[in-house]
Amino acid sequence: MPDNVLHLADVTMQFGGVVAVNNLSLEVNRGEIVALIGPNGAGKTTAFNVATGVYAPTNGRVSFNGETIVSNFPQGKMKKMYAGENRGKYTDVVRKTPDVITKLGIARTFQNIRLFKNLTVFENVLIAKHMNMKAGLFLSTCMINYKEEREMRRQSTELLEIVGLAELRSEISGSLPYGQQRRLEIARALATEPSLLLLDEPAAGMNPQETNDLTSFIYQLRDDFHLTIFMIEHHMNLVMEISDRIYVLDFGKLIAAGTPSEVQNNQRVIDAYLGVAEDGE
Amino acid sequence: MMSMKPRTKHILSIALAAAVIAMLLYLDSNKAQYSYSIAILERSAIYAVVAVSMNLLTGFTGLFSLGQAGFMAIGAYTVGILTIPVEARPNVYYINGIAEPLANVNLPFWAALILGGLMAALVGGLIGIPVLRLKSDYLAIATLGFSEIIRALIAAPQLDRITNGSYGLKSIPAFSSILQVFGIAALCILIMILVINSSYGRAFKAIREDETAAEAMGINLFKHKSMSFVISCFFTGISGGLLAVFMRSIDSKTFQVNLTYDILLIVVLGGLGSITGSVLASFLMTAGREWLRFFDVPLVIGGFSVPLFRNGFRMVIFSLILMAVVLYYRKGLMGNKEFSWDGILRFFYRIAGRLRRKTPGNGGEANA
Repeated sequence: MPDNVLHLADVTMQFGGVVAVNNLSLEVNRGEIVALIGPNGAGKTTAFNVATGVYAPTNGRVSFNGETIVSNFPQGKMKKMYAGENRGKYTDVVRKTPDVITKLGIARTFQNIRLFKNLTVFENVLIAKHMNMKAGLFLSTCMINYKEEREMRRQSTELLEIVGLAELRSEISGSLPYGQQRRLEIARALATEPSLLLLDEPAAGMNPQETNDLTSFIYQLRDDFHLTIFMIEHHMNLVMEISDRIYVLDFGKLIAAGTPSEVQNNQRVIDAYLGVAEDGE
Repeated sequence: MMSMKPRTKHILSIALAAAVIAMLLYLDSNKAQYSYSIAILERSAIYAVVAVSMNLLTGFTGLFSLGQAGFMAIGAYTVGILTIPVEARPNVYYINGIAEPLANVNLPFWAALILGGLMAALVGGLIGIPVLRLKSDYLAIATLGFSEIIRALIAAPQLDRITNGSYGLKSIPAFSSILQVFGIAALCILIMILVINSSYGRAFKAIREDETAAEAMGINLFKHKSMSFVISCFFTGISGGLLAVFMRSIDSKTFQVNLTYDILLIVVLGGLGSITGSVLASFLMTAGREWLRFFDVPLVIGGFSVPLFRNGFRMVIFSLILMAVVLYYRKGLMGNKEFSWDGILRFFYRIAGRLRRKTPGNGGEANA
């Protein structure tokens, strides 16, 4: 059995009467690059938000390296309204907050870039190092932990060199071009020293050249940082080239899963999302 | 880009500090002559501490709180109650008497001041638990409410024997010299600067910029927000204690919402997220109100009495100046930048450049 990193079991996310994610089960194994695709509004980002603790699911369980990080079942008002499946299968409530989940080793980027826009490139990365700091407020204020601080700065500089933003370190991050902002967001996520990286549409808004660069960048990340990567993406060329496995969501439901070639030839996926290639291709 | 050598900057900074200390020493040695200026400067320094502590919360952590007056009241009353000389107490608590356990407790000024800060921090920590779950305007309203509750409690008849209720406290021993006030204020501001420049300060800024992203970077929102809130309350309490010693007699009316608004005005005027801005603005605001006093006195030019010059007119002028500043410096005097010698240099170059362009025949109008 492969080494399971992230496991979503029967996750249902219901907002009022709307079921955004319906009974989604998926797993991501160590060292894999897995993609989650689907039409707009299919619930991909919601699934990400459940996995990182931003939303508590209405029903279901998420585990990371075998440890349950999020688990819930319909309660309160939802008891009556719940429209999903597997009612009663889960009876425990576990709700780790996003910061705890990040500390466990899941880092993420956002669909609409969420950098600390008024701070410099370097500060953006340095802030992500804060959570691993040992010194408390007092030691930190009196600068007694200067060795630790120096080490944090060194690691951040190193990371900026790896992602190729070293010469932009004192720029205000909000003033960077779009592609570099995306890159910085990935660098910031890496600074938390994750074992699983969730990328939410990393290629959105990029031109073909930038998309190609991104492909090699993602491979480089996986190999250099020993990462497992789980991403949402709409660029089909990128997804088909890079992914080991693909999950397809439509209206919150999983409609297909498998290797890129399996998914590409799946009739339901073609109907719902990929469409038919034009004649002559 | 214009810049100076680091050495030049160090020399300039030391010269500035020396000039300030020399001025303070001079004022201190001529107390009787300059008592008015000394009072203004002392009040400015005290306001600078509250303004920076409010900036730490609002400008650096993005938490808009309006509870300053309440926390200042806690600090002020703690210092007042504990430092009034024992022999003066029957005179102060002349209506209801003082509570037995407190009757003979008398602490040195610095101990009472720190205790005042700690009391404010403690109350801040307790209030923070429910209140810090709120965001933006709601947080402001809730803290404003708590501030009024604190004030009402202080004036409550049930606490007459501790706070002297609505009669207030008097005979609080004064500062030994203006240097004491400036020393304490400088120390407080220095500590807050160190907090802001530490890794925790960066985490505060991250929360200000984007809560969701900060949380995704492993920053525990509630923990860091409470930290910022408690630190801010501590220094607000300290400045309240300083204000009590400065005013020598306080009552609960001293700490009405207006005080909070004054501080808010200073912070906004100086620039959210700029410590030097807050310090600069607190001196300008406090002094500005006094400089404008001649508007309050009837003005007679050549036998003709100018009609608007009467008591209270200076506040109209003051408001007009404030409006002008807010219109032309939308981000406050300093924006979110700090004072730097390079900044001063650039400022003068800019003015020089503008003057050159305005000079006719020098290109400025030629483009039009």
